[in-house]
Amino acid sequence: MALYEHVFLARQDLAQAQVDALAEAATKIIEDNQGKVVKTETWGLRNLAYRIAKNRKAHYVLLDIDAPAGAVAELERQTNINEDVIRYMTVRVDSHEGGPSVMMRKSDRDRGERGDRGDRGDRRRERGDRDEMGA
Amino acid sequence: MARPFFRRRKSCPFSAKDAPRIDYKDVRLLQGFVSERGKIVPSRITAVSAKNQRELAQAIQRARHLGLMPYIVK
Repeated sequence: MALYEHVFLARQDLAQAQVDALAEAATKIIEDNQGKVVKTETWGLRNLAYRIAKNRKAHYVLLDIDAPAGAVAELERQTNINEDVIRYMTVRVDSHEGGPSVMMRKSDRDRGERGDRGDRGDRRRERGDRDEMGA
Repeated sequence: MARPFFRRRKSCPFSAKDAPRIDYKDVRLLQGFVSERGKIVPSRITAVSAKNQRELAQAIQRARHLGLMPYIVK
């Protein structure tokens, strides 16, 4: 069986209990199709980067799944119909990461900064990089 | 000889030994590789290797789809 990560976004005006029920329903679909849910992670109500179906916030739930492709197809079909789920994504992964994902341990992480890149004003100097090869 | 435009080649931030894994859920990490307007920064500026840049772009696009990152910042 293949490993998948399934993330879905539930409407903002649902109660947490309803979101848990959605996760429960998804788990049931997978289990009815000979798969299993390795881990369920609720990220809670998060702000969206842009409006999705008139929602500014959404409840995020992540499911780590080990199931045959048919089970995932069925899960996606039913998720598509459900109007409480505004968006979902299933990604096939090589391995499930053990323990909580980055979302859950975000606060204790130091800020990952990207090198010494300045703003766009830096571009001229960057060109020098290419000269270096000719030199 | 003086080489006025010489600049040490930066190495790929994801090829180091203790490099972070590129993951669409790690918004904090991905945020460092998009411009202020939300566009993906070219690898010639960030020095990400071609292989990792493809993976990075994929991760950013996934994060955008899930509303974790903006497609555009106005």
